[in-house]
Amino acid sequence: MRPGNADKRVILLHLAVVAALFLLQFVLPTYHHGVFARVMVLAVFAMGYNIVFGYTGLLSLGHAMFFCAGLYGAGLTVYHLDWAVPPAFLAGLVSGLVLAVGVGVLALRTTGVAFLIVTLMFGQIFYLLTLYFAEYTRGDDGIVLSQAMRRIHLGDTVVDLTNPATRYLVAWALFSIVLFVTLALVRRPFGRVLIAIRENEERTRLLGYDTFVSKLAAMAVSGVICAAAGAAYALLFGYAGASFAEVHFSILPLLWVLVGGAATVLGPILGTLLMFYLVDFSNDLLNAYFQGWNLSYLGVVGVALVLLILFFPKGLLGTVRERWVKWLP
Amino acid sequence: MSFSAILLLATLEGLVTAAMLALMALGLSLVFGVMRVVNVAHGEFFMLGAILAWAVTTAIGGHPALGFVAALIVAPLLVGGVALASERLVLRRLQYEPEATIVATIGMLYIIQQVALTFYGPDARPVVAPFTWRVTLPWFGYSGYKLAVIGFSIVMLIATWLVLTRTKAGLVMRATQYDRETAQSFGIPVDRVYAWVFALGAMLAAVAAVLIVPIQQAHYLMGHDPLLLSFIVVIIGGLGSLRGTLVAALLIGLSDGIISVFFSPTLAKIVATAIVALVLVFRPQGLFGAKQR
Repeated sequence: MRPGNADKRVILLHLAVVAALFLLQFVLPTYHHGVFARVMVLAVFAMGYNIVFGYTGLLSLGHAMFFCAGLYGAGLTVYHLDWAVPPAFLAGLVSGLVLAVGVGVLALRTTGVAFLIVTLMFGQIFYLLTLYFAEYTRGDDGIVLSQAMRRIHLGDTVVDLTNPATRYLVAWALFSIVLFVTLALVRRPFGRVLIAIRENEERTRLLGYDTFVSKLAAMAVSGVICAAAGAAYALLFGYAGASFAEVHFSILPLLWVLVGGAATVLGPILGTLLMFYLVDFSNDLLNAYFQGWNLSYLGVVGVALVLLILFFPKGLLGTVRERWVKWLP
Repeated sequence: MSFSAILLLATLEGLVTAAMLALMALGLSLVFGVMRVVNVAHGEFFMLGAILAWAVTTAIGGHPALGFVAALIVAPLLVGGVALASERLVLRRLQYEPEATIVATIGMLYIIQQVALTFYGPDARPVVAPFTWRVTLPWFGYSGYKLAVIGFSIVMLIATWLVLTRTKAGLVMRATQYDRETAQSFGIPVDRVYAWVFALGAMLAAVAAVLIVPIQQAHYLMGHDPLLLSFIVVIIGGLGSLRGTLVAALLIGLSDGIISVFFSPTLAKIVATAIVALVLVFRPQGLFGAKQR
């Protein structure tokens, strides 16, 4: 297969996915319309996580703090400083970038298990800080952004982010941009270097690459993407609370990426979508049959993680790529 | 109360935390040292121990001491059994690959929480202490049971220490920790050693839980904070260094007790976590650990 041909196929596939998601908004029933908007925003979070975990091979357990940097960066500026939506979104991205570089410079001095624990601890510090500054963040209760705060004024037209149709479109636009940014990134030399670091960091360094700078760049990109998801979440759904900073919310993107397939571009959206519906359906189903058993997402997430890592460590698209579609990025 | 009396009270409370932490962190450290597995589900073995202690004492009834002694034997054994099963069924199949085992133990954490939520429920329930007499100090009365916890933990720690340094089982464990492949070629059944070490680590957490449950109620989410604290202890002490773990448990337990009496607990946690993260960044071998070979 000539490379040019494969390139065309890859771009067509991703365009088709984006187009399908665009068209779905006209056919989905109200409930699923809302679910898809939410899942696309969360999938952006998973895509950000995938860059560090899937491509660079760094297992971080603190990514909730980058999501929350965006969540609070946008939420607090709108809530307390009356900023308009676009600068607030930008504030979210900048907070994510600053935090990711700061954490990266420190945490990337460690490797392996130590990296995991350090990111876990920075995530924990971030969570505790959101509780400590409860005066501004309102801790676990969180802040609720009113409808008036979530309007974009473009000349005379007003874009209302509380309108479900607008919300879907904005989520779709963000998702599409991040999808193609990720795609471009991993197909460029930069992405290849990240994969090389994952496979053998020593050898990559020997080839003359500054692996620390590459890993830091990966953290920065990942942090900005996760913060974009967080900022969009705050502005689209109007809520920012400390529960998003808990360890649990760092584990979820790991699960989503594992389900869809680590180091695949389309894996995160697939994994997020599947897990969202799995938890949703199983909740109703299990509680109907096992009343009073207090079954919650805990069991589903736990069983999914153990079974995946035992029998399906490459995830759905990872397995598809290995067996059938070798050109899948 | 005068300042020195408050300081004494804080120190005693710190010692109780330190005793619990030392047992729990020793288990975590043993598992990491010998198997190179970061057991994220360690806090849930602790929680399971506490809940089983409640179940046993409730089932037996009668004098609280009777149920408590039964719990101290039954709960660790059952938790050890659960750990053994999960090691055989999950961790061994992953060939102890570090990242895969971390994901698997995260999964186990959620599963154990779900099981506890299903069979025990979302409420916090107390266990009656085996005895209630108070030690009267010149400034305040202090619970005799808490002092007994400190004493019993010391006994348990010494016993574990003796097992590790004076028995053949301990020798086998240390050999496996030192060099897995050489141990294997000397005929040590490394595979079985791993299974027992994992069970032993979980049992130490369960013992800590049974001891602490008359002071702190049993709840299905109670494993979270002790897990983070044990991580901190194991890191400060140096990953895999047992002596360091004990010293660090004392350090962290005491400072946790003293700081939370005098300062806001959230701020204390933030500062402590930040210090530990920085220790790990700038001195990865811990304060007492030797450099990794």
